[in-house]
Amino acid sequence: MKLKRKIMAALLGVMTVVSVFPAGVANATEVNTYTYNYDYWGLEYESPDAYRPMSYTDGAALGTKALKSPQGLFVRDNMMYVVDTGNNRILELTVENGTLTLSKEITEFTGDTEVLTFNSPQDVYVAENGDFYITDQANYRILHLNKDLQLVKEMTRPNHALIDQENPFEPNKIVVDRSGRMFVIAKNVNKGVMQFEEDGNFVGFIGASEVAFNMAEYIKKIFSTKAQRDQMVDFVPTEYNNLFIDNKSFIYCTTEVFEEADLDSGTAKPIRKLNSLGGDILIRNGEMIPCGDWDWESAAGMNGPSRIVDITAMDDETYYVADRIRGRLFAYDEQGHLLYAFGGPGNQLGYFTYPISIEHVGTDLYVLDMVTGGITRFARTEFGDLIHSALDEYNEGNYIESAEYWEQVLAMNGNYELAYIGIGRSHLRQKDYKTAMEYFEVMRDNDNYSRAWKYYRKDWIENNLGYVIVVLVVLGFIPVIVKKIKKIRWEASMQYEYENESKNK
Amino acid sequence: MSMKTKVKINKPALKRYKESLRYALYVMTHPFDGFWDLTHEKRGSMAAANTLLVLTFLTNIWNMRYENFMFNNVRWERVNIWSQIAGILAPLLLYVVANWCLTTLFDGKGRMKDVYMGMCYSLTPYILIMNPVTIISNVVTAEEGAFLTYFEYLALAWAFGLILVSVMQIHDYSLGKAILAILFSAVGMMIIVFLVMLFFSLVSDAVAFFVSVGKEIMFRVY
Repeated sequence: MKLKRKIMAALLGVMTVVSVFPAGVANATEVNTYTYNYDYWGLEYESPDAYRPMSYTDGAALGTKALKSPQGLFVRDNMMYVVDTGNNRILELTVENGTLTLSKEITEFTGDTEVLTFNSPQDVYVAENGDFYITDQANYRILHLNKDLQLVKEMTRPNHALIDQENPFEPNKIVVDRSGRMFVIAKNVNKGVMQFEEDGNFVGFIGASEVAFNMAEYIKKIFSTKAQRDQMVDFVPTEYNNLFIDNKSFIYCTTEVFEEADLDSGTAKPIRKLNSLGGDILIRNGEMIPCGDWDWESAAGMNGPSRIVDITAMDDETYYVADRIRGRLFAYDEQGHLLYAFGGPGNQLGYFTYPISIEHVGTDLYVLDMVTGGITRFARTEFGDLIHSALDEYNEGNYIESAEYWEQVLAMNGNYELAYIGIGRSHLRQKDYKTAMEYFEVMRDNDNYSRAWKYYRKDWIENNLGYVIVVLVVLGFIPVIVKKIKKIRWEASMQYEYENESKNK
Repeated sequence: MSMKTKVKINKPALKRYKESLRYALYVMTHPFDGFWDLTHEKRGSMAAANTLLVLTFLTNIWNMRYENFMFNNVRWERVNIWSQIAGILAPLLLYVVANWCLTTLFDGKGRMKDVYMGMCYSLTPYILIMNPVTIISNVVTAEEGAFLTYFEYLALAWAFGLILVSVMQIHDYSLGKAILAILFSAVGMMIIVFLVMLFFSLVSDAVAFFVSVGKEIMFRVY
């Protein structure tokens, strides 16, 4: 038995070594990424790797010149598009078993317009039919090309009352839904996400953040002169910095504009999920809203909270965000719980100088670094797979299977909070309230504990109704009995005093 | 024989202790009358006051330990029972000293002992309300337990009201004067804390000075 275990351990060790040191990877000695999650008190716990960096691909590896401050990454099926902003080109790569190979370099297009090249392109969206949508920022236009790179339409600054006609129109990021509607964010436009109809007409904004009314500010404005008022900083609504559209046409947007103090109160919303009306429908059921790091120190030029620069959502509605401050990646489930975080600042494999874009192919993650101009591929580990299987089974209503996966997660990471809650919820569904309560209490999950306790109490009272009645009746009789005893004692003492008095006499 | 005499001596004292302790219940419900008689008619006792204070500590700790985690989430690795007790005792003693210092200057009738007794007797509602709250918290669900918070506020508000009345009755003050006395006692508490800290920092500076002088001498001589 012992020998067997030893052999198993040795095998496991070898397997770990093999998986940790994939062949042909530079810096293979240091690939243990900083993976962690938070507990109830906001303390960080290290956790096994949920994602592991596999390879790094830069311009040289692709057989082309080095990427110069690339801004965007886009994936359609097994094609990846890299927006090489500094070189005014878009690279089309083929993704095969995790390796990237250059298939096409797009620098120009054909069509009926003056400039047929790009100038500082910021983002690309490729529709299912192969059409390209490109934000050609320094040419102040959005381009719609078909898959043979012929111009379909060109959109410049909309002549619309809502759009500032003084400043140039500098589109930044773009996503397109199935019906061809375009959602664009542009520089210096802070009224929300610009929405263009399929024919290229601007129709309005969605997802503008609600302006909070501030009484103190209002009173201050009443009593100030016009010159003072002009000097005051107006409330600036959110300026989004990135977009992602999922397979259900919900738009995820991220923003760096929020007050640090609002993170704790939960009024800051660095990540949003917009429905077609522009309402924010992101679920925030975690102890903390999805916002990257919960706790941070300012050192080595890295100050303040996480600043989310890009987001990608998988088909199971888990989403991944990239933080440019500390080069970390955070994964959330659809309920808004932090699943795990990894990455960090640095030059080794799996660390970033300035991550700018994140995308996924299947379960693999690809992260583009703006400064080094390289793409890092992360592959999900067994631990990550277990977490996602557990989430999927629960969402499909298979609570018992879900709990089995969570048990395996716990075996690998005893600090994993969601596993306890997941197992507890499965026990709750199976009407095993007592065990459910134990699991919820470990993780201090008030709501679920309360629910389990309610059922447990109900069952208990139903099962012990006889005893409950007996106890209640006894309790009812206690005052009567006490009264009686008191009376007897009083009489006895009177008797005693009477006897004493008669004795003294 | 000696046993018997001992018992005989203790019996009236015990009886008085019991009565003065039970008197806390009367004070709680009839504060004006109660606090007057507490000191002027000597119906309260230091022993009972100390008991009430200890009961307050116990209530506090018991509540922390046994109240359901849904209502009272304690991070156990950060709890120190002595600092928990000091958290009650230190402000209480500071208040007693500050209040006595202040009221002596402004025709307060109470002695320091009376102030202390008044303070301890004022804690009765906290003891009587928080213990049932602790027990009930383990029977109710989170939604039903919302009212427990109100009871906790009630306990504190009641206790504070009693403190106010105790100042009025013990020092023979009007309501306005009592409120002022409490406010300035708070200021006094801060001054005391400031002075203590100043004292300690001066002393530590002085010690550091002599230590460095000693070190210097050692360097020169050896």
